[in-house]
Amino acid sequence: MSENIEQYLKSEYSAGWVTDIESMTIPAGLNEDVIRLISAKKFEPEWMLEWRLKAYRHWLEMKEPDWAHVVYPKPDFQALSYYSTPKSMEDGPKSLDEVDPELLRTYEKLGIPVYEQEVLAGVAVDMVFDSVSVGTTFRQKLKDAGVIFCPISEAVHEYPELVKKYLGSVVPQRDNFYAALNSAVFSDGSFVYIPKGVRCPMELSTYFRINEAKTGQFERTLIIADEGSQVSYLEGCTAPMRDENQLHAAVVELIALDDADIKYSTVQNWYPGDENGKGGIYNFVTKRGIAHTRSKISWTQVETGSAVTWKYPSCILKGDDSIGEFYSVALTSNYQQADTGTKMIHLGKNTRSTIIAKGISAKYSSNSYRGLVKMNPGAEGARNYTQCDSLLIGDQCGAHTFPYIESKNPTAVIEHEATTSKVSDDQLFLCQQRGIDAEKAVSMIVNGFCKDVFRELPMEFAVEAGKLLEVSLEGAVG
Amino acid sequence: MLKVNDLHARVENTAILHGLNLEIKPGEVHAIMGPNGSGKSTLGNVLAGRPGYEVTGGTVTYNGQNLLEIEAEDRARAGVFLAFQYPVEIPGVSNMEFLKASVDSIRSARGEETMSSMDFIKLAREKCKAVDLPQDFLKRGVNEGFSGGEKKRNELLQMMLLEPRLCILDETDSGLDIDALQVVANGVNALRSPERTIIVVTHYQRLLDYIVPDYVHVLAKGRIVKSGGRELALELEKHGYSWIDEEVA
Repeated sequence: MSENIEQYLKSEYSAGWVTDIESMTIPAGLNEDVIRLISAKKFEPEWMLEWRLKAYRHWLEMKEPDWAHVVYPKPDFQALSYYSTPKSMEDGPKSLDEVDPELLRTYEKLGIPVYEQEVLAGVAVDMVFDSVSVGTTFRQKLKDAGVIFCPISEAVHEYPELVKKYLGSVVPQRDNFYAALNSAVFSDGSFVYIPKGVRCPMELSTYFRINEAKTGQFERTLIIADEGSQVSYLEGCTAPMRDENQLHAAVVELIALDDADIKYSTVQNWYPGDENGKGGIYNFVTKRGIAHTRSKISWTQVETGSAVTWKYPSCILKGDDSIGEFYSVALTSNYQQADTGTKMIHLGKNTRSTIIAKGISAKYSSNSYRGLVKMNPGAEGARNYTQCDSLLIGDQCGAHTFPYIESKNPTAVIEHEATTSKVSDDQLFLCQQRGIDAEKAVSMIVNGFCKDVFRELPMEFAVEAGKLLEVSLEGAVG
Repeated sequence: MLKVNDLHARVENTAILHGLNLEIKPGEVHAIMGPNGSGKSTLGNVLAGRPGYEVTGGTVTYNGQNLLEIEAEDRARAGVFLAFQYPVEIPGVSNMEFLKASVDSIRSARGEETMSSMDFIKLAREKCKAVDLPQDFLKRGVNEGFSGGEKKRNELLQMMLLEPRLCILDETDSGLDIDALQVVANGVNALRSPERTIIVVTHYQRLLDYIVPDYVHVLAKGRIVKSGGRELALELEKHGYSWIDEEVA
């Protein structure tokens, strides 16, 4: 254990290498022809292209949001490339055996199980590299259970009815600037359908990797849990170290039909930029789920990466007795900025939501929690509990909390608790006096602070998350 | 094993120690007494390497090493232990996790093997009993919500697990009732050995009824002004610290 820690403490951003692979990247710029090209590359049906074009036209009329507590130069949307794929993927491999071994090594290097026989815990993985999915494991086994887990580009062909019905149903095209952009140019992402009454036999996960320079990644994930079904899904994200900022604007939609249960976990470790704030990913993401009667949606996120994060995984608690949960750890260091939180929209009777948000800021970073709890007139007997804790390391960083509470139903109960604390010199000295070095001490204190959230992560990822914090905090003391 | 020579130190621009001399051999128990503000706690903190305590002159040699050149965590690994006067809380970090990390790090510095979790839990429970702390304190956050007496017993628990060479007890008796005092003193006495040196910093001679020192030093204005045996503490008790001031004057 202690050797691992030593090793992790020494390593910097460990996923920062570039895979040397020949890519097909379309020229920078965005217009209707580019959208037609993306759609053509994927041999999409006409309806899909029309949907994209409609979103694009909305986007043209929208303005970039500026209400978040983050400062960054606005991306030049004409300087980005909107589609990049490894050349070997152009013709589309039929199975993992046909995938370029260099690509698979990328995922192996990241510690992601690519071959089914190597997997102990039984996690099915979809691997998205720049704009395309390069492989999905365990598809047969899942298919036997009736579960569909495939790249969304494939779902457009194979399950057009489901895609047509649900795509954009939770996050409408016009929801916000980045959701509109994503709807126009989205490249790949995962599609999940769990049939009625089925408990998904394994964890599903998607690993997103941005490799090409000067490209954006616009993934789109759609998860539909039919009545009485259950699924746990995890996404992981990494990118090479580059001096320029790269844009990642994803949309995730979850649909939990009656009595369904969706658990969605994220370990976001996009390249955060260097210690002077140069480079890093702009992570502008819209994630939202709709919960029908007696269903449950639980978001857990561990956000350690990205130069700028703008992200609010939310729940629309539409059905009576539905439950929404949001557990978050957001860590910022160096010059990272995060504005993250959730929205819990209570529509149905006796709906319940829980928000546990832990923000950790170190060095010169800025970390904001922004959350909305809204009780609509129909939310008879609804309840919310929010706990929002900030931990500061050093005295150059900032932590902010922006809670918004709107209640239109007098029977609804809303509780909000917030604390701010500091890793104190006395705590550090106590640890050091007991032989524990400062870096390890900070990591232990931070892990203790995050315990309530880590408990919600699937076991193996909880360990991962702890390690990730340790790496991200490297050099944060002294 | 410990030689303090003409030590000068200050805290936040206030000079506290003005040429302190002290020499301790292995196995000895020394008591350091003195009025408030005489520099008793400063001495302990300087020896342990606490940030903010700046040494402005003099030397400290510990087992042949220049102690002042060593980082705080390395001093701990070399066997220097400070039982805090005001132990801080670390919420969310369980006592067990903290103790294990601490013992692991100190054992590995000594070149010993890391204990298995099972063995460690067993040992920690045993030591808990010795300091009269219920076992569920191991699961609680470090000092989180502990009473004053529980915090002090937790310090003693750490000392027992780490088996240091030089123990500095910084007013460990403050805030303890007579029963707790007895428990702590028994714990300290159990740790007395020919290889271990103990410095007991205290305001009152009461503690020394239970932990009987080999030597007693009286600290005043940042300097040791009088040294003697056990009986010195009793005289102090009788005459008060003003007696020393008169003596020195």
